[in-house]
Amino acid sequence: MANDISFTIDGVEVAAAPGQTIIEAAEAAGIYIPRLCHKPGLEPFGGCRVCTVKSNGRPCSACTQPVAPGMVVENDTEELRALRRDLVELLFVEGNHFCMFCEKSGHCELQALAYRFGIAAPRFDYTWPARQVDMSHPDILVDHNRCILCGRCVRTSRQVDGKNVFQFVGRGHEKRLAVNAEADLGATDAAVTDAAVGACPVGALLKKRIGFATPVGRRPYDERPIGTDIETAAARKE
Amino acid sequence: MAASHPPTVPQICATFGNDPTRLVDIARQVQETYGHVGPASIDAIGRALRIPRVEVESLVTFYSFLSKQPKGRVVIRLCNDIIDRMHGFDQVLAAFTAELGIGVGQTSSDGITLETTACIGLCDQAPAALVNDVPVTELNSDRARQIVRELRKHMDPKQLVTKLGDGNNAHELVRSMVRNNIRRHSDAEGGDNGAEPRIVLSPHAPPEALRKALSISPAEVIRAIKTSRLRGRGGAGFPTGIKWEFTRAAPGARKVVICNADEGEPGTFKDRVLLTERPDRVFAGMTIAGYAIGAHEGILYLRAEYAYLRPFLEMVLQRRRQAGLLGPDLLGKGKHTFDIRIQMGAGAYVCGEETALITSCEGRRGDPKNRPPFPAQRGYLGLPTTVNNVETLCAVTKIMEEGSATFCEHGSKQSSGTKLLSISGDCLRPGVYEVVFGTPLRRVLAMAGAENAAAVQIGGPSGQMVGRDHYDRTICFDDLATGGAMMVFGPQRNLLEVVHAFLDFFADESCGFCTPCRVGTVQLKRLIEKVMAGRGEPADLETMEQIGRTMKTASRCGLGQTAANPVLSTLKNFRPVYMGLVHTDPDGYRRGFDLEGAVRTSETLTGRASIHV
Ligand SMILES: Cc1cc2nc3c(=O)[nH]c(=O)nc-3n(C[C@H](O)[C@H](O)[C@H](O)COP(=O)(O)O)c2cc1C
Ligand code: SF4
Ligand code: FES
Repeated sequence: MANDISFTIDGVEVAAAPGQTIIEAAEAAGIYIPRLCHKPGLEPFGGCRVCTVKSNGRPCSACTQPVAPGMVVENDTEELRALRRDLVELLFVEGNHFCMFCEKSGHCELQALAYRFGIAAPRFDYTWPARQVDMSHPDILVDHNRCILCGRCVRTSRQVDGKNVFQFVGRGHEKRLAVNAEADLGATDAAVTDAAVGACPVGALLKKRIGFATPVGRRPYDERPIGTDIETAAARKE
Repeated sequence: MAASHPPTVPQICATFGNDPTRLVDIARQVQETYGHVGPASIDAIGRALRIPRVEVESLVTFYSFLSKQPKGRVVIRLCNDIIDRMHGFDQVLAAFTAELGIGVGQTSSDGITLETTACIGLCDQAPAALVNDVPVTELNSDRARQIVRELRKHMDPKQLVTKLGDGNNAHELVRSMVRNNIRRHSDAEGGDNGAEPRIVLSPHAPPEALRKALSISPAEVIRAIKTSRLRGRGGAGFPTGIKWEFTRAAPGARKVVICNADEGEPGTFKDRVLLTERPDRVFAGMTIAGYAIGAHEGILYLRAEYAYLRPFLEMVLQRRRQAGLLGPDLLGKGKHTFDIRIQMGAGAYVCGEETALITSCEGRRGDPKNRPPFPAQRGYLGLPTTVNNVETLCAVTKIMEEGSATFCEHGSKQSSGTKLLSISGDCLRPGVYEVVFGTPLRRVLAMAGAENAAAVQIGGPSGQMVGRDHYDRTICFDDLATGGAMMVFGPQRNLLEVVHAFLDFFADESCGFCTPCRVGTVQLKRLIEKVMAGRGEPADLETMEQIGRTMKTASRCGLGQTAANPVLSTLKNFRPVYMGLVHTDPDGYRRGFDLEGAVRTSETLTGRASIHV
């Protein structure tokens, strides 16, 4: 479809196609809007709120908001940077995140956002919840301590794998990821080849026996902050 | 192998056509029949409806009135609202636990479960509880013990009702001890009867409004509503005529009208009174809306707590069908078809939010939807849908009865007509008041016998807390906007306890979909606890304000966007209360850090005590 919609992000003119969301149009234009629950190809979710921008002065999630001609989007402002720092810190204190022992370190999008935002330690109160680790599946593990409830596995299982391995149960602060079996992941039809396993931005859903393969210092986010790929892809195009 | 499911689960599913969009009804019925929706029932429902079992589990674990764990034949749900707490909740709860010999969340050996629950819409007759569907009001510890003893004899909650309430509460299909407490200004000393007109609470003669609506075109009905400048009474204040116009203009032959009778905002109970006393006006409003937007289907979404009104409301619907006020040919004019079904909720405040309400009507957990699309474009089952509050629809009927001009005689340009207020707390005459928009708060407080109020919560926990210097402000959309709740707090009350109760409510009622609301509510609650315990520092107040701002801006729906209001509005209007409790440590230590608590485990493990200086 023609890129015949024009709008601005932080004053920069961006061309977009009808039906695109702000985050998609921004990405195509080489502008990184921080995100966690958004994953290209999946139905928009709008849960983590890290992509919050202001469109014509009103806050909205860039991953769900469609573009409109002439809209004025604010993205990289002090107010929104502070808000995103808060959200990332809230996710850190909500779960149990021990980056130093986590095999996802250096690949983890939550950790990478914290680094990009310059977060050293959360200012909020750690809640240290008691959560389970599900090792029942021969090839996949679920560590609920690290789950940030982004729903990427839920959507990938349904929309890409054509299965329904995951769904959320409970409400509010008791909400957690569950599997489609009374018992545990081992009792579902989950397979290590499922795209859902690779959809997790953190270390909550992992393939067994492959951790720590990349040496520290050469892991993706050791080398370049999260979002750099989006920012440089457009530069290459030019 | 899992245990076999209760025998009639497949039949229950079949009653609802094995239709996944009726999952809330199915789960409610399984719960009612078997006391829980256990793992075997979850499997059986999934099979019958051909949906993954985890989808069923997801729904069952979302709603407070559904449970995976077995409950007793009788469930006592004591309302833990702040108003009930001020009126003896602790004593009543202690009496229940002592008499039953169990704690909250437990079930006695003879099959009585004790729980606490968020506001059940009876703050004006607190403390109150639901025994299964049956409301019991104005409890005290004696009455609580007596209730348990009686239940042990007959296990029939209906028999607990001895004295019937006023009006339709005494109707044979309701038979409830609930009272309407409809008040007038003249109830107050020196009050003047004529000063307060009755609009939505005035008597209602069924066919009139609908007849007038059908005698003009749908576009003219919408024009009349626009001319009346009617704005939504459910809290958001959106102009009703414009909402209808959008829904009418949306493409699609099938459209839906939903009446929002979820009334979950703590301290609100005026919709309960309208449903009890003016059900025909509510249904007429829905029918007029259906005609105006071109919808043939209406849904009344009734909160689970008001299930005791359902048989009565079903009877009213049936009577309207017989009178031609509902059904295939309204009033025999060959102009419009419209019918209404009642959708029961299952215990979730967030389902009052219109997109969550729609999701719940679709048989799913009540997560709000992303907007756009808005309900007027794609709502219930993807159909253009208009959602209106009970009181809004009553106003619609009144506007049809008497014309826009008469309606506009009351109130102001921005806020026409009247507003029902649900007043409770530290006042002599709690109940429902109809006041014209623009009435000063001071006057409202005088009507209710609350001249001594030190603080008033306007609009419930999601609204704002105001103090004496705000009493000359007025009730209207431009000043003190409110969905109708008004909780009065006397000088003896600890406002931080109130704030804490509200945060507790929001943390439990958050749907959990988005980060700021799910985590922010818990963080704010912990910070308030820290301040109340005397461990707070001035910097904690800034942290609260920061989290509050982020919740307001980043939350996905109105729940999270307003959940910090109890903190933000008291920090703004009652800052000295906080300042008296927070201190900076003279030696620069973090007061929030509990050193003794931090070393307690290692002390126990090593068997040695540390020395603190
Ligand atoms: C958390 C939350 C709870 C709500 N609860 C109710 C409710 O119980 N009743 C109601 O009419 N509106 C409620 N609303 C407002 C509805 O979303 C919606 O605006 C309203 O039903 C529209 O009807 P109206 O325009 O007639 O007011 C709630 C909103 C939020 C965010
Ligand atoms: S603000 Fe977010 S978590 Fe809270 S109720 Fe709305 S969608 Fe759910
Ligand atoms: S990326 Fe938009 S809400 Fe998570």
